[in-house]
Amino acid sequence: MHLSTADVEHIAELAKLALTLEEIEQYRRQLSDILEHFETLKQVDTSSVPPTASVLPLRTVMRADVVRPSLPTDDALANAPDREDGFFRVRAVFGEE
Amino acid sequence: MSDELFRLTIHQAAGLLRRREITSVELTQAVLERIYAVDNAVRAYLSLMPEAALERAAAADCALAAADDPASLPALLGIPLAIKDVILVEGAPTTCGSKMLEDFVSPFEATVIGKLRAAGAVLLGKTNTDEFAMGSSTENSAFVATRNPWDLSRVPGGSSGGSAAAVAADECLAALGSDTGGSVRQPAALCGVVGIKPTYGRVSRYGLTAFASSLDQIGCLTKDVTDAALLLHAIAGHDPLDSTSMDAPIPDYAAALGLARSETGQSYEARSETGQSFGALGLARSETGQSYETSVALAGLRPSQPLHGLRVGVPREYFIDGMQPEVEQAVRAAIDALVSLGAELREISLPHTQYALPVYYLIAPAEASANLARYDGVRYGLRHPDAQTMWEGFKLSRGAGFGPEVKRRIMLGAYALSAGYYDAYYLKAQQVRTLLKRDFDLAFQQVDVIAAPVSPTTAFRVGEKADDPMSMYLADVFTLSLNLAGNCGLSVPCGFDLQGLPIGLQLIGPAFGEAAILRAAYAYEQATDWRARRPVVGERWPVNGKRRTVNGKR
Repeated sequence: MHLSTADVEHIAELAKLALTLEEIEQYRRQLSDILEHFETLKQVDTSSVPPTASVLPLRTVMRADVVRPSLPTDDALANAPDREDGFFRVRAVFGEE
Repeated sequence: MSDELFRLTIHQAAGLLRRREITSVELTQAVLERIYAVDNAVRAYLSLMPEAALERAAAADCALAAADDPASLPALLGIPLAIKDVILVEGAPTTCGSKMLEDFVSPFEATVIGKLRAAGAVLLGKTNTDEFAMGSSTENSAFVATRNPWDLSRVPGGSSGGSAAAVAADECLAALGSDTGGSVRQPAALCGVVGIKPTYGRVSRYGLTAFASSLDQIGCLTKDVTDAALLLHAIAGHDPLDSTSMDAPIPDYAAALGLARSETGQSYEARSETGQSFGALGLARSETGQSYETSVALAGLRPSQPLHGLRVGVPREYFIDGMQPEVEQAVRAAIDALVSLGAELREISLPHTQYALPVYYLIAPAEASANLARYDGVRYGLRHPDAQTMWEGFKLSRGAGFGPEVKRRIMLGAYALSAGYYDAYYLKAQQVRTLLKRDFDLAFQQVDVIAAPVSPTTAFRVGEKADDPMSMYLADVFTLSLNLAGNCGLSVPCGFDLQGLPIGLQLIGPAFGEAAILRAAYAYEQATDWRARRPVVGERWPVNGKRRTVNGKR
């Protein structure tokens, strides 16, 4: 598997990661190398094999719909980089330009 | 004795505390002094909470002094423990070894920590980890590379390298770690301690920072097998706050250590008749080497055949070209020892083993890319100051907050999940995961326990694999299948290489088969004396002020 610079930029965009030019080139090489090793998976016939997402024999676990105490607002906000009046403060979703 | 208290195991200390020969404050103080003496060399801890620890130790001493029947108190009462810094301890930092969470203080507490508190354990501090538990050497920590106490130029393994090193260097009596692909067992092997990864669903993960949610499990790093049984018993069980935790009975793991498969309950009852309700406390009574023969004799077995009837499988795919010769020799010798203890050997095959590595390194990064989407610099974590818009803020904060391996795995996972590649990578990996699980299910129809190496090599040098992600990934080649298949497994010391570095034997059990692997490991441990050899850590290194001293909830 050979990834291009554009491939890596596309993945970085999906993952919302700002990367330097050096990082893009490094990940292009390393991810290509790793994916090359993973080509062996193609040898396995899985045409009639169901996927396993979880090993547990559990289905969706429900709980009683009962109100319980939750984290107080101040505690929930304690680690926020920016807050105002009991809310998280965020940057504008759209630019100012 | 008093200056060597830090060397005690949990069960030894529990016995001394109950006989009032030592106090928890003395014990905790001795362990803290040990940390101050050696941790500038080992660098196992990221933060310490000495004041809170001593307060809790004093409270434990009060409970011990007031008890009419000290043997009925929880085994962990007054025992100083270390916690991997991916598990939330209220009021204490949880950095996950990442700049992203450098200033994060836990607003709530993991269920396992609540259980340790309820049992009266003393929490010493938080141990180093590869960033977000991604790595096999603890070099991926954004703060410091923990060193192997057996050789300070080498890694302790990872990602629970801080916890493993702390246990090996006697900087705690035992520690919690987490294991997504081998992160408890591999550092345990490389540091010469016992490490157990319980079955997926055995231990609540509420308050464990999520890495790969279908694989993550909290585990124990301890000085011996008895301690592993005690600590696991304390943290196991169903939790309504973790919908993946199973409501399955919790065996008395410590009591199970002396039992043969056919002798359910007998050894434990026999020991109880001598007035010792807790298996481990009974063991602590006789530290002269008598305890093993005593418990086996009470179980009505010949002392030399404690594993009579146990079927042990040896998978041919776990002995591969390129593994260190001393590792193979030590593991094969350990398997011979299991036979001499009465176990019955069966050659087995786990034919899809060679595919476990690519399956794991597609599934775990895919899940990680989703789990780590929460680090956006809004609710907590690093926020980059330069961004003008929300999206730019996410990208810059994540680009600055995550280290190279975390970014690499997020990228790999995002790629495997992306349009056009999902079927070829992620879905394919999930299908082969089914085949890996079937391999184990078939094997456990023929055997009770599987014996294998933990790591293909002993501890490697700091920096040796740091620039080659693929060679680092190969360090997990024998451990990650278990997480994919949902089995339990442990590492128990089984020898040393020519340079004196420890080697681990991996014992693998079926889902919820912890008692069987602990019992086999215990019989092996009691028949060997690897534990007698301890690392000599350069003591009295100059103290510097880099480690944070904090105080969590009392």
